[in-house]
Amino acid sequence: MRSAIDYPVESRPAPEPQESPTGQRRMTLNMGPQHPSTHGVLRIVIELEGETITRAEPDIGYLHTGIEKQCETKTWQQVTTLTDRVDYLSNLANNLVYALTVEKLLELEIPERAKYLRVMMSEFSRINSHLVWLGTHVLDIGAMSMFFYCFREREELLRVLEFFSGQRMMTSYIRVGGVALDAPRGWEKMVRKFVDVFPSRVDEYENLLEKNPIWLNRTKGVGYISVEDMLELGVTGPMLRGAGIAMDARRTEPYSGYEKFDFRVCTHTDNDVYARYRVRLEEMRESLKIIKQCLEGMPGGAFQADAPKVVLPEREKMKTQMEALIYHFKIVTEGFRVPKGEVYQAIESPRGEIAYYIVSDGTSKPYRLHMRTPSFGNLQGLSPMIEGALIADTIAALGSMDFVLGDTDR
Amino acid sequence: MPTSELEKYFPVLVMAVIAAVMAASLTILSSVLGKRSKSPQKDTPYECGMAPTGDARDRFSIKFYLVAMIFILLDIEAVFLYPWAVVYRQLKWFAFFEMLLFIALVLVGYFYIWKKGALDWAIPERPRKAGPKTGTNLYREAA
Amino acid sequence: MDFMILSLIKLGLVLFIFMTALAYIQWIERKVIAHVQLRVGPKRVGPHGLLQPLADVIKLITKEGMVPSHVHPVFYYLAPFVAVFFALIPISFIPFGQANVKIPFTDITTNMELTDLNIGLLLILGLSGMGVYGIALAGWASNNKYSLIGGLRSSAQMISYELPMALALVSPLLMLNTVSLRELVNGQEGFYFNVIPRWTIFLMPAPQIFSFIIFMIAGFAETNRVPFDLPEAENELVAGFHVEYASMKFAAFFMAEYANMVTVCSVATLLFLGGWHPIVVPGIGNWIPALVHIGGGAICLYHGLVQPARKWDNITLPVFGVAFIGAGLLFAIPIVQELLAPVFWFTAKLLILLFVFIWVRATLPRFRYDQLMRFAWLFMFPLALVNLLITGLLVAATTN
Repeated sequence: MRSAIDYPVESRPAPEPQESPTGQRRMTLNMGPQHPSTHGVLRIVIELEGETITRAEPDIGYLHTGIEKQCETKTWQQVTTLTDRVDYLSNLANNLVYALTVEKLLELEIPERAKYLRVMMSEFSRINSHLVWLGTHVLDIGAMSMFFYCFREREELLRVLEFFSGQRMMTSYIRVGGVALDAPRGWEKMVRKFVDVFPSRVDEYENLLEKNPIWLNRTKGVGYISVEDMLELGVTGPMLRGAGIAMDARRTEPYSGYEKFDFRVCTHTDNDVYARYRVRLEEMRESLKIIKQCLEGMPGGAFQADAPKVVLPEREKMKTQMEALIYHFKIVTEGFRVPKGEVYQAIESPRGEIAYYIVSDGTSKPYRLHMRTPSFGNLQGLSPMIEGALIADTIAALGSMDFVLGDTDR
Repeated sequence: MPTSELEKYFPVLVMAVIAAVMAASLTILSSVLGKRSKSPQKDTPYECGMAPTGDARDRFSIKFYLVAMIFILLDIEAVFLYPWAVVYRQLKWFAFFEMLLFIALVLVGYFYIWKKGALDWAIPERPRKAGPKTGTNLYREAA
Repeated sequence: MDFMILSLIKLGLVLFIFMTALAYIQWIERKVIAHVQLRVGPKRVGPHGLLQPLADVIKLITKEGMVPSHVHPVFYYLAPFVAVFFALIPISFIPFGQANVKIPFTDITTNMELTDLNIGLLLILGLSGMGVYGIALAGWASNNKYSLIGGLRSSAQMISYELPMALALVSPLLMLNTVSLRELVNGQEGFYFNVIPRWTIFLMPAPQIFSFIIFMIAGFAETNRVPFDLPEAENELVAGFHVEYASMKFAAFFMAEYANMVTVCSVATLLFLGGWHPIVVPGIGNWIPALVHIGGGAICLYHGLVQPARKWDNITLPVFGVAFIGAGLLFAIPIVQELLAPVFWFTAKLLILLFVFIWVRATLPRFRYDQLMRFAWLFMFPLALVNLLITGLLVAATTN
């Protein structure tokens, strides 16, 4: 019997190297799918002339999980747990955009407290994602220690997420109709502890990197891509803001009550790896500002919408009231029904604009769910970014995109 | 105390033998002691999990050869400096000006290769288009 | 006693200490970097992970010594051999203590070194220059694109930094007028105003601070350490020149790297930091080794008995503390003091420089290739030349 490993892996073969106009021989090099800096299983076929890249082609699809298709077989509330798995670093953003999209179809009104909790949790998620990004990006450029400092804070943050949802990573906290659980007792203390400590930690990162000439040399002027190209390729998020375009769905098309919060859309004009680093670093501070506002202005009241056909009843009610028991049975066994229609909702995830497009045929399962994920759009900018640069710049440029392969391939 | 100049090199010789034995055992020992298992997949050159295209023993950039040549030229200069430094105090100003002349001659070549771009590694950067100014909301304007 | 027999005894002793030290530099590196990064580092194998190097060696030796069929077999084996071979030889003529030391209770006098060559420095430069062959061969023989790029990078990098390194070494030679390592250190004896040691970095008329810095930077590049670890740049080239190497052959390159680090730091100590001469006048200086050891022992005892941080600390740390204090007391005995204090000073300086190597590794990001080359050719090289000329000018002006 042949073992699985004996079968050759079928894949798009890399193009044969060409002779350059100057007569120099070029070399074709596979970077990935198994490579320490492609953050997963991205494959880039690069053509080299010495150390200079003459052509680069990203090849995606190695982490295709078929999540979009899987969603069609799950009931509306089961899909929430799948959205967690799309992008493991900003799962709450995926939760949120899914919940918002379905609520748009249902025309559901969400109580204020739930909105605040959603905003707060997705800002935590943003900080979490940026922390992992900063750590791995700096590690790619060669400085190891930063990674551990970032993960120290991430650990604190995950503890907060666990406190709220019972889960560290795949929280599934934001659900259709509100949030899964009310903020637990003592949450203010927990959040305040993080809010008090974190600013000094961001300053620490800045101190470590801002005056380091090697870091500046490696990031300044590297990974440039013209704004026109970005807009055409669908690059969004910190990359676009690093090019001076203040595009942030939180500000341009507010959702979930973001219009009530005071925060700055961070932009930078340099349009290089350094600019993207600055934008993300400042975004961490802005996110913290939003969390602080949530902490101070958290309204009371219900944490779930008053929609018995959609939201699971409280445990106590289910045991004592006949109607509640029926609703519970209906929701759990066949799921709630969503009216016919199609809807598109975009929000700002840590990586850029994430949007779900949902078609419902009126049953208890989505007919079609399409995800417009920021990683996919951002990755399109790779080729124009690194052609003509050096191998080392590929790493810096890749890191500055902050993609998650699960998010790219779905 | 060593009796002859030659005897002084005896420890170096012994050390060389020990180093050779050690280096050889380091490189060979695991082939002897370790287990052996081969498979065609294991035998392919590592290229991030893909089947490699082309041969790695290809021609490579001329710049690497250039660096080697420049190094040889300038390192000879450095070698000349060693005996010069040892007798410097005896010759004083004569040595200084003589070496100044020598270094000046070498520096002419150094500036020549600098100007010729032999020390530049990256190909010139592509011209950058100017980005928009901060705060302009191009997104909104476009929409 | 016969010089040859004495040499063999010394060789055995030095080799034992050197090889143990090589293994434990790696342990120290892992511990130091771990603590910089808020981790604990190796701690499972033996107390405080002290047996980790041994475990690593056993593991690596018994691993599969795979030789892929696409490599060039001769050069594939030759590469780690060459790297280790040329990295080990220099210790045979690096002096680490005074000359003509009388060993107590015998009538033997000997030098604290294996042999005294009058061309020691040139030989070290030559041998370390050979080290590049190991890496270049490994890169080429592996028949792998990552290895090839890594090997090429490293060849170009090492020869580029060889130049400023060689030039930086000329300046101290200019002031001390010899290439024998022992003579170089002897030239740095004494103190200015009984306070400032007459090491080359402080030596009048031209303190060699710049050439010391240039030499150290070039030393980082020569040993392929962060921020110049481009040949093995793991985030770009996966593992660079040793992608296709496994088991002990792979570790051989690291051993060569650590041996080269020791050599570079020894040369820096001998040429710039006054070798085995103490940092303060001998009257007080002779007592410093004892004080340092007893101080270290006291810290160990405090953390072991008063503030044990981890499970076995209340047993292991007092043992280390007592051992340190014992060594400290040993240094207080006049005979031992005379014999070993210079060795202590040499080792202490060496370890501090090695610590700098480790510290830098935990701190700095990596250069990009073109920046690295530009730094060598357009900054280090001219700076070393200017430094040399200024030194020459000052020495010529003050010599009568």
